[in-house]
Amino acid sequence: MKANCWYGKHDMRVEDVPEPKILNPRDAIVRVTLSAICGSDLHLYDGFVPTMEKGDILGHEFMGEVVEVGSAVKNLQVGDRVVVPFCISCGSCFSCQKGLFSLCENSNPNAVEAELLWGHSPAGLFGYSHLTGGYAGGQAQYVRVPFADVGPVKVPENLRDEQALFISDIFPTGYMAAENCNIQPGDTIAVWGCGPVGQMTIRSAYLLGAERVIAIDRVPERLRMAEDGGAEVINYEEVDSLMEELKDRTGGRGPDACVDAVGMEANGHGMQYRYDRAKQAIMLETDRPIALREAMLSCRNGGTLSVPGVYGGFIDKIPFGSVMNRSLTIKTGQTHMQRYMRPLLERIQKGEIDPSFVITHRMDLEDAPEGYKIFKDKEDECIKVVLTP
Amino acid sequence: MQNRLRKSLKSNPEQIANALGWFSIGLGLAEILAPRALSRLIGAKASPGVVRLYGAREVACGIGLLSQAQEKERWLKARVAGDALDLFALGNAMTSNGAGRGRLALATAAVAGVTAVDTLCAARMSRRPFHKGEPLTVRKSITVGRGAEELYRFWRDFEQLPKFMNHLQAVSDLGNGRSHWVAKGPAGVNVEWDAQIIEDKPNESIAWTSLAGSDVDNAGEVRFVPAPGGRGTVIRVELRYNPPAGKVGATFAKILGEAPEKQVAVDLLRFKQMIETGEIARTEGQPAGRSHSTSRRFDDFVRA
Repeated sequence: MKANCWYGKHDMRVEDVPEPKILNPRDAIVRVTLSAICGSDLHLYDGFVPTMEKGDILGHEFMGEVVEVGSAVKNLQVGDRVVVPFCISCGSCFSCQKGLFSLCENSNPNAVEAELLWGHSPAGLFGYSHLTGGYAGGQAQYVRVPFADVGPVKVPENLRDEQALFISDIFPTGYMAAENCNIQPGDTIAVWGCGPVGQMTIRSAYLLGAERVIAIDRVPERLRMAEDGGAEVINYEEVDSLMEELKDRTGGRGPDACVDAVGMEANGHGMQYRYDRAKQAIMLETDRPIALREAMLSCRNGGTLSVPGVYGGFIDKIPFGSVMNRSLTIKTGQTHMQRYMRPLLERIQKGEIDPSFVITHRMDLEDAPEGYKIFKDKEDECIKVVLTP
Repeated sequence: MQNRLRKSLKSNPEQIANALGWFSIGLGLAEILAPRALSRLIGAKASPGVVRLYGAREVACGIGLLSQAQEKERWLKARVAGDALDLFALGNAMTSNGAGRGRLALATAAVAGVTAVDTLCAARMSRRPFHKGEPLTVRKSITVGRGAEELYRFWRDFEQLPKFMNHLQAVSDLGNGRSHWVAKGPAGVNVEWDAQIIEDKPNESIAWTSLAGSDVDNAGEVRFVPAPGGRGTVIRVELRYNPPAGKVGATFAKILGEAPEKQVAVDLLRFKQMIETGEIARTEGQPAGRSHSTSRRFDDFVRA
């Protein structure tokens, strides 16, 4: 079968690889009908995520048709149309029982390795480095889905693939980011980053009752899309001081909650950006936390910082004095997918939202490497790429 | 280059530590004897007195590293602290007037590189790899969401242990609390021993010890302690090995690998997976755009 494989920084190739087999009783094999490139895949593309191996199959946003089930999978049948969450969860461990599905204690066979870097291990993820299990991903024609009795959700017939696909990651991720803001009536939410997750966060914040959403980016088409979602926008390159601008727009108090939907490869300008770029280049820090620093300093006293943006390792010059002295709450984490998939599918079915608005590019799986490139370089006003095998 | 360095750090951190010692002395002497020339070389404007002080520190570290075999780890940590000081000084120099920025950047990159080597080497030395002939104790615990009785019952049936313990080939129950254990060695050479249960408290603990005539003198205990708040059971494992010198000892050292704690941790995780989910999480056999389905560097390293 064809699969999009990682061979190094900026080196993706669609290769012929063997088809996946059932390896455990709770596995299923899914024939992928649609997959997507996630913003977090770009961290792999840019070589910032450790423990990648040449030949790893990427992709954690995908859906398709069940073509084979293991002996212990009773809730799925061959022919079912399903969307699959990016995190692999057993459903029965301490974390899963608490609804913390992305922290499943049993799905990462490389947990001991993750413990070396992070202290404890999160769940296994599809196509996202060997620290999170080294599972083959879904930018392929077929994919093996472990714990298929817990993860995949059947898609109602009246929804198109494009409407359901983002239940695999970015819609729940944006939704959890907004939920983590603990939105109260009258709240203003500021969102750093108007990529796909930022866009979903903006709309989810309104679904959860936010009064105002202020979206921050520098890319015109992304700011336009944010405006379409009802956000007020700030192009951070066009203001003298983002913090002053946010203060000004919030009566001097600051946004009630700030969302970092940017993560480890933040752009910025001036000394701060150069400092982080240099330290990252010589491996003195692994991530560039520019948006995170700004979000911390901008948030109102006693407000909430919600971080759906992906970080990998160590960050530097974090204004923790500001966080502590101003009683900020930090909420973060990989999305606990299985908690959100069904309720959000219902919202799509009811017509409250159609997440396919974010798609700008439809390509063949064969062209995945080109898709990564234009997404990374934001060429051709690219915001979201979906791939048809 | 990077790979070679990593390999020698793994196999022989002492050698790297010695090289770092000589490097310290060389750099330190240069700083003491030619502070002005050195400052020019790295593009910094520093007073010769300060540079000489930095040199004295380097020389002290170097001598320490080379002369005190037992204290190498401590001297390496001193080097890491010194590297941090250097980086700080270079950072300050960058912001001062008249600095040669290009040279400073190069010097910073070089110091950062040395810092990485120092840090890795110190980390390697602080690990206690398994040396043949030395007794070794490994302790690990994990929480499993089941009652003590069920877990005890599974564990007490030693013949089931190879299901989740990677390095065991087979355990056979000989009756009367005696059992025969076979551990897989490299190149098909196995290590075998007989064990006797010395204490058996149903649903609480099992302790065993190897019998005379074993390839490897070893003992172990597993305890099952109810976790607070009805959160299942904490399993605590303690293993003690006293392998002989010579060929069997060497084989056994290879079975245990560099980090015996890691293997016990992996085995316990597999046990938890098997009990809680009915299967052991795996990727062996999945497709990949290379000849092996798993990554030899990452997957096989932790799972083997």
